[in-house]
Amino acid sequence: MSRLTDMQARFALPRPSARFVPVWRRNVLVWRKLAWPSMLGNLGEPLIYMLGLGYGLGSLLPEFTGMPYIVFIASGMVCSSTMNSATFETLYSSFSRMHVQKTWDAILNAPMSLDDVVLGELAWATTKAFLSGTAILVVSTALGLIGSPLALAILLVLPLIGFTFGALGLVVTAVSPSYDFFMYYFTLFITPMTILCGVFFPVEQLPAFLQAAAQVLPLTHAVQLVRPLFLGEWPQQVALHVIVLLAYAAAGLYAATVLFRRRLLQ
Amino acid sequence: MDRVNGAVLAARGLRKRYGGTEVVAGIDFAIQPGECFGLLGPNGAGKTTTLRLCLGQVAPDAGEITVLGEPVPARGRVARARIGVVPQMDNLDPDFTVEENLIVYGRYFGLREDAIRARLPGLLAFAGLEQRAATRIQTLSGGMKRRLTLARALVNDPDLLFLDEPTTGLDPQARHVIWDRLRQLLAQGKTILLTTHFMEEAERLCGRLVIMDRGRIITQGSPRELIDTHVEPHVVEVHGDGLEEWAAQPARALAERCEKSGDTLFCYVRDAAGLVADLESRPALRYLHRPASLEDVFLKLTGRELRD
Repeated sequence: MSRLTDMQARFALPRPSARFVPVWRRNVLVWRKLAWPSMLGNLGEPLIYMLGLGYGLGSLLPEFTGMPYIVFIASGMVCSSTMNSATFETLYSSFSRMHVQKTWDAILNAPMSLDDVVLGELAWATTKAFLSGTAILVVSTALGLIGSPLALAILLVLPLIGFTFGALGLVVTAVSPSYDFFMYYFTLFITPMTILCGVFFPVEQLPAFLQAAAQVLPLTHAVQLVRPLFLGEWPQQVALHVIVLLAYAAAGLYAATVLFRRRLLQ
Repeated sequence: MDRVNGAVLAARGLRKRYGGTEVVAGIDFAIQPGECFGLLGPNGAGKTTTLRLCLGQVAPDAGEITVLGEPVPARGRVARARIGVVPQMDNLDPDFTVEENLIVYGRYFGLREDAIRARLPGLLAFAGLEQRAATRIQTLSGGMKRRLTLARALVNDPDLLFLDEPTTGLDPQARHVIWDRLRQLLAQGKTILLTTHFMEEAERLCGRLVIMDRGRIITQGSPRELIDTHVEPHVVEVHGDGLEEWAAQPARALAERCEKSGDTLFCYVRDAAGLVADLESRPALRYLHRPASLEDVFLKLTGRELRD
């Protein structure tokens, strides 16, 4: 086989098949064994931020952009929590399975393709992210922060958010030499997004150039879909936000697949 | 040509280059149904790359591979459905029990849940882990893990098994159990491709084998044929005070061929009687007289220097 066909094989579009399901089920089975500590860990931090800042800082901001601050931050936290859950799963957990435990090697000895494994990992990260976002929604409902059944539509947005950030996380995992490498991704991408994209305060408070930057970051579009629904309003420019998230997801999945092929199949 | 046509696995003109090194530099071999075929060679000889090529996980730069009638890598997935693999490094799922490891792995083959469950008792018995079905992997011994890995490779009832150094790191008891199981599988008609560093293992199990070095096949045949072809039937290993002088004179006259490695002299002879009689008269020299083995062939052909 020539170099050319080698390259064609590496850069071919992902060819997913239903065989990704056993990979997803494997990860579900592991999670079920550790579900409670895992839930507590995933939910604890966002809840502390949400309740602490929401009620603490919120008491100083009685008239915050027309809504209680706790509502503002809770709706933002739904997004950042979903993002973080997908990110942690595709960075640390996927890296463990690929690099440390060699679980992927075992799977690739069966009639599975690398594309199946990547999609299975992404499907699982999406599932876990969905659970994290849903947990914040449930707590918000219990606190009486959600007033409209329209908020149920958020359940349709969460998988999109999880899938997008899962795909982006896999790109990082595909090129990562070790766990330490992930810190760059958090410092350069995830943390700035959490601050700039309207989770804690409106994007409009930023200087103009940062507002422009925020408009191209995926978390901004997630927040702009979720927050109105949380308040019981239909979001503006739904198609734009969905397309931006889908574009990040597609580009991430393609890049991750190509980079994993380079790493594992040569 | 007949041998190739009936072969379970046939590789022709296989080449694979990484950077400037040709790791597999043009090899041909064919494995017949029901045989245990050995792939031997020092570290870096190209064994593991050859296995990955045959599994369709890596595309060759040149050459053709047919496994179980399927062209690989084009239809590697179809071929892998009928192959079982025991990898060099244990990659059992540490979060799962023995039983869960088998079930989860069976799903990767697209097997139905009830079909896998029906196979479980047989697989657990084969691995000698009937009492451990619900045990977590971390608490198993090295030998148990290897047996489970072997059972896991059988979950799809494969026709062909790839075993990459299956007994590395095991104690002699555990190793003998694995050998016994592999013989059982051969008796059932399975075909085995075995890579190993243990010449004793290859001698016991393999009907035919190739020795690879630097990406090439340097010899092939049955263990007996290789020993008869390449080395004298007797080996006398000698060490002790005065070895230098003895090596310079009597040894040279009495042995067909001598090799020095560290402070030991390996003397290869057709008839050891004269050499042994001479050594008996020299109490300062200690010796071991033994029949030639595959290891002697291996060391003669691949050299004694370290390969890291």
